[in-house]
Amino acid sequence: MKIVVSTTGKSSEDMLDKRFGRSEYFYIYDTETEQAVVLENEGAKAGGGAGIAAANQVIEEGVQVIITGNLGPNAFELVEKAGMKAYSCGVMPVDSAIELFQKGELSEINLPGMAHHGNH
Amino acid sequence: MKIAVLSGKGGTGKTTVSTNLALTLNIPYIDCDVEEPNGFIFLNPVLENEEEVFLQVPEIHKETCTLCGACVKACQFHALAKAGKEIVLFEKLCHDCGACKLVCEADAVTFRKRAIGKIQRGRTEKIQCERGILNIGEPMAVPIIKKLLASLPEETQFIDCPPGTSCNVVNSLRFADAAILVTEPSEFGLHDMKMAIELVKKYSIPYGVIINKDDQTENMVKKYCKESQTPLLGAVPYSREAAIIYSKGGMLCQESSYKKIFEEIAEKMKEVFRWN
Repeated sequence: MKIVVSTTGKSSEDMLDKRFGRSEYFYIYDTETEQAVVLENEGAKAGGGAGIAAANQVIEEGVQVIITGNLGPNAFELVEKAGMKAYSCGVMPVDSAIELFQKGELSEINLPGMAHHGNH
Repeated sequence: MKIAVLSGKGGTGKTTVSTNLALTLNIPYIDCDVEEPNGFIFLNPVLENEEEVFLQVPEIHKETCTLCGACVKACQFHALAKAGKEIVLFEKLCHDCGACKLVCEADAVTFRKRAIGKIQRGRTEKIQCERGILNIGEPMAVPIIKKLLASLPEETQFIDCPPGTSCNVVNSLRFADAAILVTEPSEFGLHDMKMAIELVKKYSIPYGVIINKDDQTENMVKKYCKESQTPLLGAVPYSREAAIIYSKGGMLCQESSYKKIFEEIAEKMKEVFRWN
């Protein structure tokens, strides 16, 4: 299973970014191979539709689980339609966030957050 | 000659200046501040006709769509996304460019009309008035501005522009032959006017400044105009009386003291714009 964490940096010690569409990087961790790749978030530099671009990118990467702060309405719709699960997490190092998820301590995002909340 | 009235900063008096000059000179008034067109509140025209403005947005037909994702990649505005076994359209992001249809090899894309606003036309006793209105919740004003301005006849008119220096203003200026920059004597007013001047310069059209809410001192805007040799078309004094008239939806040019001020501005404008 592939897990993506929205993050401010390229390593597992960098902090989780609570913004999904506008976070700078995606840390994608594969639980089977225990390998990680870091991708630049295509949404971060989008003029508009950042959440859509970001969701589209992680769907393409075959990710099943998203760990972030909030999802805007557009990203939420896509994540739901793609049958992925998203979990809400506070600001902490990426590896801690993944650990919390694996222990089942993160709560699922069942409602979208506000639009354009990640612009600032 | 189409005269664009813009400002940079919002709330400096674009509508006050353009409606009063339009009435003073008997020239049509066009409100293309489509997100909040308020000129008609002051001019009170009798509406003659109304026209809806549409965008063409794609419909992806599931029966023929192969889910190849070419349309998603082609869309520069992220209006399309692929999720599971579906291409999802976010219609408010669609700019009506048609790229999705061009790249679709399965021929699964058709278009449908989506109304985003309207254009209204009317008359006061003296002048023709038009305005664009963007529907509430719609993010894109440019298609309405383009439709409104592209259909105007070749006569002289005032174009009341949106605030700022964004796409909405850029598209309004594309149709202008001259520009009036309305500002107020404040740091914000001056700062944003300088940005608006930078924009106007790109169009190589004559322009001049009108100071609204003028404190009648040698203020920073007057100094700037002098130093940069920017024509100052005139100043509308700041007064309690003007605020009262405005708050009741009245026209300043119908008060004798202000009538004279707008007539003087009109004269100076004709001189600067070399308009006969």
